[in-house]
Parts: sequence; C-alpha cells; structure tokens
Amino acid sequence: MATAPDKPVAEQPAPAAPGDARRTDLRIPGRPGCLRRHEPTLFGVGSVLLFLIVWQAVASARLVPPLFLPGPLDIVDAFVVLFAQGEIWNDIWVSGQEMVYGYGLAVLIGLPLGLLMGWYRRLNYALDPFISFFNSTPRVALLPLLILWLGIGIWSKIAVVFLGSFFPVVINTIAGVRNLDAGLIKTSRSFGATDAQIFRSLALPGSVPFILAGLRLGVGHALIGVVVGELVAAQAGVGLMMAKAGATFQTSKVFAGLIIVAGAGIIFTGILQRIERRFQAWKPQNNA
Amino acid sequence: MQAATGGHGARLRARDVTIHYWLERSSSAFLAVDGVNLDVHEGELLSIVGPSGCGKSTFLNAVDGLLPISGGSLTLNGRAIDRPGRDRAMVFQQPNLLPWRTVMGNVVYGLELQGAPMGEARKHARHFIELVGLHGFADAYPSELSGGMQQRVNLARALAIDPEMLLLDEPFAALDAQTREFMQLELLRVWSETRKTAIFITHDIKEAVYLADRVVVFSARPGRVRQIHEIDLPRPRSLSIKREPRFLAYEDAIWACIEEEVTAANQVGLAARG
Repeated sequence: MATAPDKPVAEQPAPAAPGDARRTDLRIPGRPGCLRRHEPTLFGVGSVLLFLIVWQAVASARLVPPLFLPGPLDIVDAFVVLFAQGEIWNDIWVSGQEMVYGYGLAVLIGLPLGLLMGWYRRLNYALDPFISFFNSTPRVALLPLLILWLGIGIWSKIAVVFLGSFFPVVINTIAGVRNLDAGLIKTSRSFGATDAQIFRSLALPGSVPFILAGLRLGVGHALIGVVVGELVAAQAGVGLMMAKAGATFQTSKVFAGLIIVAGAGIIFTGILQRIERRFQAWKPQNNA
Repeated sequence: MQAATGGHGARLRARDVTIHYWLERSSSAFLAVDGVNLDVHEGELLSIVGPSGCGKSTFLNAVDGLLPISGGSLTLNGRAIDRPGRDRAMVFQQPNLLPWRTVMGNVVYGLELQGAPMGEARKHARHFIELVGLHGFADAYPSELSGGMQQRVNLARALAIDPEMLLLDEPFAALDAQTREFMQLELLRVWSETRKTAIFITHDIKEAVYLADRVVVFSARPGRVRQIHEIDLPRPRSLSIKREPRFLAYEDAIWACIEEEVTAANQVGLAARG
C-alpha cells in the first residue's frame, strides 16, 4: 500500500531462519535458568537450616536454661520418646477426629448454605444477622458453654472446630456467588439462559477461587479450635498432651506437640493448594 | 434454520419503538429511544451510528430481547420480540468470555445453553473457530489471547448458534486502530460466507460506511432515526476503498448530519447545566 510508488520503501531482509524458541543461546525473558528454577527451594531450605543451626548453637551454649529453650536436638529426643511410649498415637487420633469431623461438617453445611445465601437475596437478608453475630464473636469464647452442653469429650471440640471453620467458608462462598460478572450474566441471558443455567455455568465455577480461599481460612480456624479446645478441657488429644507437658515443665515435649500441630496445618493447606491448582489452570501466568 | 424465510436471515420491523429506563436516583422514567421506525431486510448488513448516549445500544438490546420496549412494536419475521431467542445472537463490545473455559468451551457455550448435544456442538463450534481464523487456539484460555482474538471468539460464539440475525454492539470499539481495520475486513469475509442479516452498532462513521449496505443515523438523546444512507459500494470491499472519493462523500454526508446532532446535544447539555 505504498503511496509514492516512484520511491520504493526500504524493506528489511527477512531473517535466514526463523527464531527457534528452543535455541538456548537466545535470551528469552521469563525462561528460568537452571539456578533460577530452584531458587525458591534453595533459599527456603537454606534459611530454615540456618535458623536451626543458630537455635542449636544458642541452646548448646546454655545462655538460656533448657527448661525455657530446648534445642532442636532436645526436641528430636522428645519426639523419639513420645512415639516410643505410643500414647501420642491416641492423642493424634482424637485430635484428628475432632479436626476432620468439625471441619468436614463445616464444609458440608457451609458450602451449600453459602451458595444458597449468595444466590437468594432474601435468604441472605434473613440469615445475615446470625452470621455477623457469630463471626464477630471469638468462637473459643463459646467453649465454656459448649463444654457445659456437650461435656469434655470429643463433641465439644468438634463443635468449636465446626464453629471456627464454618463462617469463613460460608462468608467466602456468599462473596464468590455475589461477585458474578454482570457482563457474563448479560451474555448468557442473551443466549436464553435460565436462572438454573446461569447458576450452574457462571455462579458455580466463578465462585471457586473464593470458596477455596474460604476453605483455607477455615483450616486455620479449625486448628485453633482443636488446640484451644483441648487446652481448656479434654480427655485426650495433642493439645491436652501439650498442656500436661507444660504444667510439668517438659518444655521439649511442648515443642514436639507444637510441631505436630503445625505439620497438620501444613498438610491440610497443601492438599487445598493441590485442589486450587487443578481448578485454576486458566489463571494468567505471572512471571514474578 | 427457518425454511419459511427462504433466505439467509430474518426481517426486522420496528414501528414507533419507544424505550424507557427507570432511573433509581431521581425516581423517574427516562426516555432513551423515541419512536424509531426501521426495517432491516433479509441478508442485509445495517449499521447504526449516532452520538454517544443516543440510545443505539439500547435499541439493539431491545432487538435482542434483553430489554422490554415501552411502546410501539418490534417484530422479527412477523413475531413480536419479547425475550432473547435462538434466532438472534449478540456480539458484545466486551468479549465477555468465561475465563475458566477454553476457546472451544466458550464457543460451545451458547449451543450448550440452548441444549444442543455436546458432540455435535463441539463439531459445529470447531467449524466457526476455523471460520473466524482461530485455527490452533481451541484449547487456549481467554487470558492467553489478545483483544482482537478474544473478539473473534465472541463472534464465533454468536455465529455458532446459527442465528438468523446477528447483533453487533460496537464489537471493535475496544481494539487498537490496526487490529480494528483488520477485524472489519475479517467480519466482512465471515459475513459474506454466512450472509446473515446483521445490525452493527458503532460510533465510527468510517467503520459504518465500510461495512454496511445502509447506514442509519440516530439523533441525539432520545434516539430517533434521523437519516438513512444507502451505501452503494461494490462488494467485496477492500480496505483501500476507504480512500475513494465515493466513500469519502458518504462519510462527509453522515458526519455533517451527526455534527448537527452532537452540537445540539451539547448545547442542551450546557443549557441544562448553566
């Protein structure tokens, strides 16, 4: 489309061979180098190792009596003793049950309820006062009542775990359904979609990221419920074990319990992250 | 689809169409479209231009059945329009793609909502993905596509339900100038292969003249039909036609008409404010 045909426009010669993205001598921003790819692991592991070494050094130097600060090696010893005696298995079993039942119930009830409340405005108006009330109350404050009603056995803990994780799940699910893109709704209406079709094809998949965030928040609250519940009153459990160890100055044992609880949290969050990744293959990649 | 029409598309007939909005803030009715009379012929590509806020998109929404009319009559092949139907498909200004679905998933979306069997829908969708030039992108997600490619998906999704009438609401307004020109060319190519009746809303006069058989000029708010220009340019039209004197003459005539409207609208606006 040259406007002045008498004066030809200079054209660059085409490259002899098209650029092959697999060639390793090309500089392509975003392509991780060998070192760059392992950077997260390298730095993560490195900093933890350094922390443990410094901790052990401080503990070995006995600057602080071991009663207050046992070293990592003391904690490993405590672990070995704990598992050799075998009582810890029952504690883990009890705490695990409280966690799984309480959290599972919260998801089983909270997810559908959140979907309904997000979809039906009037249901939301009706139930919102209760959600707001409970959500602004620290759930562990209800423990005295729960123990009174349900006893010091497993059920009072299941209840507090349930109450802890139920609200983040419900509230996030409502937000997810509410956050539907108006343009998408208009588009599907234009194709003649019914309400049920909009719910299935837009509200449900669109709220998945919110729901997953709620589930993750719920795990944190659930763990608080298990530990605090057992600290207050229990017959068995990791929290109770820690309380007893603390009362008898077995500091390393307290640390061991702490690590078990933290490990449980990491495992649960890890599972959720797995699920999250499966659902979010469509999210744009960002080269951080 | 409808054998009765015999041709490639539908006939739209608008008689004294009035559309009101309810304004929540001032608790009053707002007149957006006032007495529009318009016939869109079978297989015709008709453009509507007008100053911004003149109700042209509102009119198109009513044709799609998303918005009820408050007066007059609006019929497609003789049947009154009262809701969205599978005889019409809208291409929106924003791509409005489902971000969690691939190109294929998005193109079958309309068919899926209308209850088409999945296997057939996918085969059908594949054809339109090819037609709009997205070969090899069926499994890509919208976030991996450029704006122009997303609009192609938007177009393919509308074409896939095989509507009798295609409604395009400023589909290229959000694209950059070069992509836009190219997409106009592509739209004409696709349209000439399907020959659907089409209404194309735009505020770009060049675009309207280039694409359309007739250009309808809407007046400033409330929208009325101000003028209708027959565009007597041969098809197929290449992009270079935009520099031909005949083309420029159409453009000038339409611009003169809109200019009056814009000036009038601004004076009204200033008077109201002052």
